[in-house]
Amino acid sequence: MDDEGKASFDFRLEGDAAARLVLGGRLDRNAVAAIWPEATSKLRRSRVQQAVVQAGDVTYCDGAGIALLVELKRIQAARGGHIQVEGLADRFGQLMTLFETDHLTKPPKGPGLANRFVHDVGRQAIEAARSCVELTSFVGEIVAKLLKTALRPHSLRWRDTFVIAEKAGANAVAITALLGFLIGLILAFQSAVAMRKFGAEVFVADLVVISLFRELGPLITAFILASRSGSAFAAELGTMKVNEEVDALVTMGLDPVSFLVLPRTVAAICAIPLLTVFNEFFGLVGCALVLRWMDIPLATFFERIKEAATLTDFFGGLVKTFVFGALIAGIGCLRGLQTRTGPSAVGDSATRAVVSGIVAIVVADGVFAVVYYFLGI
Amino acid sequence: MADRPIIEVKDLTAGYGDTVILEDVNFEVRTGEVFAILGGSGCGKSTLLKHLIGLRRPVQGSVLIDGTDIITADGAERLALLKKIGVSYQSGALFGSMDLLENVTLALEELTDLPADAIEAIAQMKLKAVGLQDAAYKMPSELSGGMRKRAAIARALALDPEILFLDEPSAGLDPVTAVQLDRLILELSESLEITSVLVTHELPSIFAVADRVIMLDKEARAVIAAGTPQELRDHSDIPAVRQFFNRQAPDDAKG
Repeated sequence: MDDEGKASFDFRLEGDAAARLVLGGRLDRNAVAAIWPEATSKLRRSRVQQAVVQAGDVTYCDGAGIALLVELKRIQAARGGHIQVEGLADRFGQLMTLFETDHLTKPPKGPGLANRFVHDVGRQAIEAARSCVELTSFVGEIVAKLLKTALRPHSLRWRDTFVIAEKAGANAVAITALLGFLIGLILAFQSAVAMRKFGAEVFVADLVVISLFRELGPLITAFILASRSGSAFAAELGTMKVNEEVDALVTMGLDPVSFLVLPRTVAAICAIPLLTVFNEFFGLVGCALVLRWMDIPLATFFERIKEAATLTDFFGGLVKTFVFGALIAGIGCLRGLQTRTGPSAVGDSATRAVVSGIVAIVVADGVFAVVYYFLGI
Repeated sequence: MADRPIIEVKDLTAGYGDTVILEDVNFEVRTGEVFAILGGSGCGKSTLLKHLIGLRRPVQGSVLIDGTDIITADGAERLALLKKIGVSYQSGALFGSMDLLENVTLALEELTDLPADAIEAIAQMKLKAVGLQDAAYKMPSELSGGMRKRAAIARALALDPEILFLDEPSAGLDPVTAVQLDRLILELSESLEITSVLVTHELPSIFAVADRVIMLDKEARAVIAAGTPQELRDHSDIPAVRQFFNRQAPDDAKG
């Protein structure tokens, strides 16, 4: 039935104030596409008071054809003229009543550009403040409930916790190790190129081990966890929120925080130090490889490491990861639970989880740096 | 003209993996009629619909739409076939990142040569037909379930399809809206000769709009009855059919 444009159209002026439009044939969307611009512009330019549309020869008329007739009517109505549709077959007339609209809905007006700027700044500020308050109270809630759980360990959902720990921890070993290896390799290589000029390439091992243990290992692992699992937590909880699963938990008398957030937090806190160890070990392997390439024996490498790094460096780094893990899981879950409605809401929550997770990690790392400095660690 | 079959289903066997859901289904839908696929939950109504619109490949058999096999058609032939059908999905399946007007104009913009003001006028008319003109600039997430369903029908109508497939159109709608929807389907059928295929189990709307129905059954995995709704209600000797049309639980019917 998709015959291309078999409609006919003719426009005649009858004196100064009247016009006659003759339509015929199949008024389907192909035909209408062909005659629409001509028909509407001719009628608009003619400025006639009286227009007659002769539609007696129309053999078929679909929604597009009706739209054309309605548009012609609207053009006339807009300048106070009259229009009459003659001879349109009854079955198409019915469509007209079904579809005809006397007005087009206008898009809602937003505020002007300057207003919108003020508006946006204000809203962002309020949201930032509110988000701080929410984060603080949420952290408080998690800590309080974690302590309660520590007193009654059986109240935690251990089965969920292990499954989440496997997903967030065990399944991330390969990527964490790979990134550690590459970072170790690159760091060693870059510094070796510079230090070789002073004949100090043997101290590359010192540099790498200290920076890995104290900063890079925990940070990189935390970034991996934030982007892999923090976003996953937000998306999971966000989907549950959108599907009213969280509401279902509440009405069953189960606390969403204990039920959903605590297992994730515990899993993340348990997994991240172990991942960090993997990351650091493979970083050292990467470093060793570069040193081997620079003809420094493995024994010397071990010697340097033992001399340069202390257990305090190693554990000082690991302690940070507990905090990072708690932050990542907490923020991921909070963003998930804050998910609003709408199709992109879950995606937005995942993005916000990663962004605020990474910011929180770096801020916490800064705090640790200050504290460690004063403690002399 | 009204007796020409527009959809022919021949020996259709449908299933997922090794589970067969429907076996050897045969029926025809004639041009301009309102055809309903009935059955209890889980009997394969939606599966059958997915086969009719070519979303799923049958294990066996064929589905002819206007003489073309929708399963084997590809390229331009398939595209031409898809332009003839409009589908409204069970939960609406509106594009969440677009407002209602954009949902309706999308196909018009992509697939026709109509000028922009024509597209907007057409889209607003389709929305008006389902009673949603004032919500044209709302996002789907701001709408109730019933409004989303109606918007989905407006979108299915965008390209003036010859066949309209509606998956549970009136489920979850209030009675007044449901009646409006029934009337819309009838008017489209009468004035444009649009064929409608409904998947439904809403008795009032079945009696109001359906010219012919087929009924599927979960145990038989096949069409157990076909005919006009009145016929099936009053004269069927199959217990499952009588129970369905008279709203009885299986054990009520024994007495």
